[in-house]
Amino acid sequence: MIHFPGLEHLPALPVIIPLIAAPFTIVMRPGRTPWLWATLVSWVTFACTLLLLEVVWHGGPTEYKMGGWAAPLGITYYIDLANALVMMLVAAMAAVVFPYAYFSVKSEIARAQSPAFYTAMIICLTGLLGVAATGDAFNVFVFLEISSLSTYALVAMGARRDRRALTAAFNYLVMGTIGATFYVIGLGLLYQATGTLNMLDLHERLAGQDNKVVEAGFAFIVTGIGLKLAMVPLHLWLPNAYGFAPSAVTAFLAATATKVQIYLMVRFIYTVFGFEFPFLEVALNAFLILGIVGMFYASFVAVFRDNVKQMLAYSSVAQIGYMLLGISFGTVDGLTASFVHIFNHALIKAALFMGVGCVVLRIGSSQLTAFRGLARRMPWTTWALVLSGLSLIGVPPTVGFISKFKLMEAAFQTTTLIPPLLVVLLIGASSLLAAVYVGRLIYTMVLEQPPENAPAIKEAPHAMRVALWIMVIANIYFFFFTDLTVGVATQAAEALMCSQAGCGGAY
Amino acid sequence: MFSLLSPDMAVYLALAVPVFGFLGIMLADKYPNIREGVTLITGVITLYMALTIFVAVGAGQEPGFEFLEILPGLSLSFKVEPLGAMFGILGSGLWIVNSLFSIGYMRGSQANNQTRFYMCFAIAIMAALGIAYAANLLTFFVFYEILTLSTFPLVTHNQNEAAKKGGSVYLGILLGTSIGLLLPAIILTWITTGTTGFALGGILASSVEANDPVVSVLLILFAFGIGKAALMPIHPWLPNAMVAPTPVSAFLHAVAVVKAGVFGVLKVAIYIFGIDFLSMGSAADFIMWIAAFTILASSMIAMSQDNLKARLAYSTVSQLSYVTLGAMLATSMGAMGGGMQIAMHAVGKMTLFMCAGAIYIKTHKLLISEMAGLGRVMPVTFGAFFIGAMSIIGLPPLAGAWPKFLLMIGSADAGHRLLLFVLALSSILNVIYLLSIPLKAFYFSDNGKDGVGAGPQGRVQWGNLKEAPFFCVMPPVLTAIGCVILFFLAGSLYDYLLPIMEVK
Repeated sequence: MIHFPGLEHLPALPVIIPLIAAPFTIVMRPGRTPWLWATLVSWVTFACTLLLLEVVWHGGPTEYKMGGWAAPLGITYYIDLANALVMMLVAAMAAVVFPYAYFSVKSEIARAQSPAFYTAMIICLTGLLGVAATGDAFNVFVFLEISSLSTYALVAMGARRDRRALTAAFNYLVMGTIGATFYVIGLGLLYQATGTLNMLDLHERLAGQDNKVVEAGFAFIVTGIGLKLAMVPLHLWLPNAYGFAPSAVTAFLAATATKVQIYLMVRFIYTVFGFEFPFLEVALNAFLILGIVGMFYASFVAVFRDNVKQMLAYSSVAQIGYMLLGISFGTVDGLTASFVHIFNHALIKAALFMGVGCVVLRIGSSQLTAFRGLARRMPWTTWALVLSGLSLIGVPPTVGFISKFKLMEAAFQTTTLIPPLLVVLLIGASSLLAAVYVGRLIYTMVLEQPPENAPAIKEAPHAMRVALWIMVIANIYFFFFTDLTVGVATQAAEALMCSQAGCGGAY
Repeated sequence: MFSLLSPDMAVYLALAVPVFGFLGIMLADKYPNIREGVTLITGVITLYMALTIFVAVGAGQEPGFEFLEILPGLSLSFKVEPLGAMFGILGSGLWIVNSLFSIGYMRGSQANNQTRFYMCFAIAIMAALGIAYAANLLTFFVFYEILTLSTFPLVTHNQNEAAKKGGSVYLGILLGTSIGLLLPAIILTWITTGTTGFALGGILASSVEANDPVVSVLLILFAFGIGKAALMPIHPWLPNAMVAPTPVSAFLHAVAVVKAGVFGVLKVAIYIFGIDFLSMGSAADFIMWIAAFTILASSMIAMSQDNLKARLAYSTVSQLSYVTLGAMLATSMGAMGGGMQIAMHAVGKMTLFMCAGAIYIKTHKLLISEMAGLGRVMPVTFGAFFIGAMSIIGLPPLAGAWPKFLLMIGSADAGHRLLLFVLALSSILNVIYLLSIPLKAFYFSDNGKDGVGAGPQGRVQWGNLKEAPFFCVMPPVLTAIGCVILFFLAGSLYDYLLPIMEVK
């Protein structure tokens, strides 16, 4: 491999670049400049994460000491395939959504606010990448709050279109803060028990410890992250936040935010606590139950939503259920399925929300009635939505099929509370609920007639359509070529679970 | 004659040509003559490819290729065996006939969106060929889903309320059973055996015992998961799909879609389970009795239908279960009967549907009760209908006789005498509900209403014919002649299909 000068700083670059770039954005002239800058930043960051993934893929995990300070004192970035994949995914979504955002933001957000908007987007990107990159549990909290605070602001910016964005943002702020607080409380308990905040150190010192303090810490951390990732009874903030945020924000968050939290959950469960931790089984059983409940409950709610953004938001909650289910199996296959679905679902939801964003731009509403006869009015957007909707159901040849396949394959090979065949059939049944709500959308778009007095509208601008179709094509491409998704996810899962004596099973 | 290109290449082209046809039809949107020309040329080239493959398979070759490995050990690949070669030739051959009929019907009814119609047809035929030539369950599944999705716009072509309602049942049941049951079945097979490839004699035998519960689970998942086989109680998609224009019903719901389903069931029985393996366990009996029940129950329902297309739809449900029954008999004669039924029923039922379309185009009549005396002004249409109906019933010298005969031998071989009674009763029911239609048309009179059938009873009014347009009448006549020819070719087809019964 070619050696670039400064390559030794590569693990830090995806976090450092947007972090430094963000303050400059706020002083830019409102309008096109902040958008161009944000796009440039996202592309450079994406290039760095790709390079990082390449390095980790071929060279194994890398470690980076911030400021040269060694582990227990300083902050260490520890990048293996799992983080590298998640970081690449987050940066890739930014690199597609940021160029897409321009026209959507122009119509949904006041011109004077645009520097603030793009600043918040870049900071959010920094935070998400930071959470994924760092190997220090307290540093996780810092980046978690960096990403969350900017997200609250971004959601609130939807207020120009709909005032309810303000209450949604406030609700999210309260819930998110509770989640973060739980996380810190849990971390405090662990610190008391071990005296370290470095994840690898924590793992070593937690080995053999099985007392109430550690158990309480574990419970606080799992609940805190569970709130952030919208695990089912804790999901209430998500539908409104996604529903009322500006379209570009929704597309970006739906593809990245919860995915990073899932990664964090996996990191804590397998790297920090590990299979030797006896309390783990309780959490995995809870994930199994909550995952299945979420799959059905949220899908069921989605069927009856008349606002497409909210419908898709509930669908996201349901899809998180699949990822939790994969984790709950406690096997390499299950974890692989979760990682694959993290990746694939990001592609699916980004495409869907970007498509909805195009409709909001041109018609001004995300109510289902606005989609009537859309096939005649905006054919490119419609067919993008149809294809990504099919991907959500899991129909080949789309990535959703690969996700379903891996998840069912993993489910068949486990021994959980619930018989494997039943789990598989439940996964299939919940896909049908997805078919119902996606079907509703497709019906409205393709088979219904446009309203009588509908004004003639143009297709979405080229920049948005190109970005949208890049996502749709990715949805099909990664069905045929699964080296990046399944290949990397399998290795990442093996690396996470086979660290100590062989590949363990939780049961 | 067929040495111009290698059979492997022909498999590749058979799948690629319809896609090019799809693009060509799209480009020729504004020019109906060129558009339909492209459809027919595509059809002829595809048929040539299917014939090349058919001949090569007959010579003992197994043409095919691997397209892509999408997951480790799971690839999209194709390998043709006799059953698939037969299905391929059936699909691509009848597509041409149906395209001729579509031209007459769609122009005759001045339908909208005709370009979309032909485009979806091209994709559907590609999917049907993909199913026919699939080398493993994964490939089968991918094309199965493409077939469902590409036919959905065809089913809902009229875009009215009835089409929407029918379409949602169609898509709901077919997608639902495939993702909810068939996909788990495929994954369970993959986990149990480590492969999803079709192999003669089955792939399960080496991994599990014949009476292992997993075999029963798999068989039930497959039998109901392949919803296109329309086993009760998952048959309602088929009658609901009758909201489609008649060419769609004729081709898709007599040939491509439903036959893809029963072809799948037969293929799974022979190449995943293996006939011998199935006969050792008791799993197949349950599905066999459900198939027998479906045969009788849907014949009964068919009798009560006054709408001609609905009656034909329930008749199709009944006839499809003959194939499932043949597969589940787990005897070589049963499998052979099932394989023959795929071909023979396709030709017969397509005749009936096209006749129904011709009647509708000319008279706008859908109800059988209104067709009294119609045969005397449309003798060619009803003559073709009569031949098709006789073939479905299973009377010699028509093609449908052979599969019924073989299935009876198969039932006797398997020791199920009750099934002989079921098959006989079903034939009687067929006589009642199918032959009553031409009977009514030729011998009854509507007492001079509408000005048809006013002449002397039983006399065709040759001077006063009111036949549908040429392109609507010629195709059913062709397939009716096909019914007769296939009766005499059955021996060759039997020999051709023999390799599927040679275990190991």
